[in-house]
Amino acid sequence: MINTKVNLAGVILKNPVMTASGTFGSGAEYAEFVNLNQLGAVVTKGVASVPWEGNPTPRIAEVYGGMLNAVGLQNPGIDRFVERDIPFLAKYDTKIMVNVCGRTTEDYCEVVERLADQPVDLLEINISCPNVKEGGIAFGQDPKAVEEITQEVKKVAKQPVVMKLSPNVTSIGEMAKAAEAGGADVISLINTLTGMKIDIHKRAFALANRTGGLSGPAIHPVAVRMVYEAAHAVKIPIIGMGGIASAEDAIEMILAGATAIAVGTANFYNPTATIEIAGGIREYMEQYGIQDIQELVGAVG
Amino acid sequence: MAEKYKEQAVIICQEDISYGVYSMWLKTDRIAGLAKPGQFLSVYCPDGSRLLPRPISICEIDQADRALRIVYRVVGKGTEDLSQMQKGESLQIVGPLGNGFPLKEKKAFLIGGGIGIPPLLQLAKELNCEKQLILGYRDSLFLEKEFKKHGSLYVATEDGSYGTEGNVLDAIRENGLEAEIIYACGPTPMLRAVKGYAQKKNIECWVSLEERMACGIGACLGCVCKSREKDSHTNVNNKRICKDGPVFRAGEVEF
Repeated sequence: MINTKVNLAGVILKNPVMTASGTFGSGAEYAEFVNLNQLGAVVTKGVASVPWEGNPTPRIAEVYGGMLNAVGLQNPGIDRFVERDIPFLAKYDTKIMVNVCGRTTEDYCEVVERLADQPVDLLEINISCPNVKEGGIAFGQDPKAVEEITQEVKKVAKQPVVMKLSPNVTSIGEMAKAAEAGGADVISLINTLTGMKIDIHKRAFALANRTGGLSGPAIHPVAVRMVYEAAHAVKIPIIGMGGIASAEDAIEMILAGATAIAVGTANFYNPTATIEIAGGIREYMEQYGIQDIQELVGAVG
Repeated sequence: MAEKYKEQAVIICQEDISYGVYSMWLKTDRIAGLAKPGQFLSVYCPDGSRLLPRPISICEIDQADRALRIVYRVVGKGTEDLSQMQKGESLQIVGPLGNGFPLKEKKAFLIGGGIGIPPLLQLAKELNCEKQLILGYRDSLFLEKEFKKHGSLYVATEDGSYGTEGNVLDAIRENGLEAEIIYACGPTPMLRAVKGYAQKKNIECWVSLEERMACGIGACLGCVCKSREKDSHTNVNNKRICKDGPVFRAGEVEF
């Protein structure tokens, strides 16, 4: 009997496949293509204390092997989210991780407190969005700030706290250690890499925001390297993400040190990517006679 | 929730119908049976390095033969790859997506500009009312003969090589046309002008918008437009073009 269950700070996922925040809404749109019960967890798009309008359009640009986005964390605010999105997800037999965003430490804490009595399994604190002027990445590029915000969130959180780290740093290991020192239960990485595209015919930026976050297969090797480095810097579990489009990509991430993985941009070009990856991981384990997925976590290095 | 599917569609035929404009018929399993005029498909490129779907409007629906027609312009490498595909090859599509046009029995203008013309063809076939089809082109025409079967046709060309010299509103004025409802799809400057015309004349007006998309199904919030009132889903003044549109009442949205 093959065991694909993984443990994230006491939360048991039936398999290591999660959705990457921002690519899956709150699951409702993809539920028309994917049986959400087959996912380890659904990770929601970031939610703030009040509704955010996000950035002007164009918000999306395609680049070779990837895409840039500058949505700017548009979200309906925590009140609407709690009354609509959580009850929708709670109907499914999957874990719920809510991604939390804010402009100030107080903003993050306000959302975390609102979620305390909700049927939510994990909190992912987004300190790495490159597309907003305040909050987001401003917290994620300074180890001291990472440690401090982690401490503040931990004081009010009732669920395990996952700190989502930015790859736009010199040393990912240092950031991972800062999150762990602040009391993080889990870390997730990588968020998108800051990029830019210029339309040479219009001689203008492709995105209204000028810069955007690069995601997709193009960033996968960067993500594998950073997960590997983070795994060697901390003892807490890691959710690995960045360009995962196949079971092979997912297994690579697990071998680098990720306990669970998240599928993001691949959902856009293959709406059934998540369940195909979950199935592919199981097949890989059968093929190599792996009884417990834990045997694969960090098995290389 | 409107049903939608991911399918491998098989190309029945493809032809170049104008400079850089291609017409492709696709055999689908379920999508053609569900499609309505004004909806669109996410069409995926054969080359895996180009990840995102190309949102392409549905030009014609053949429910009996479970076939769909798309007419698109080559604007980049993705559509160029599509244009090179041959009969018998298959490609991934997701659809039908978006809301489509409302079908109302009122004396209508169907106003199309450039590559905004194709989705109006199925609408022209299905609308049961007096139809005035006003099509604007830069220079060379396409699909005009097929439109002619479904109503009175008026053409405007920017260079004056055919019909009225100028734009679609010039054609309306030159021919002294009137309507009770407008359905429009085309470049944003044209849609803005049509919206202004409809407001001045106090005519009901529906426009089909486009924007860069990623998921195509309403999850990623990549393709929003500003809305006059707070949207019930997003809880801000943004509507999702792929899901809440692409067809909107002109007065509801800013573009």
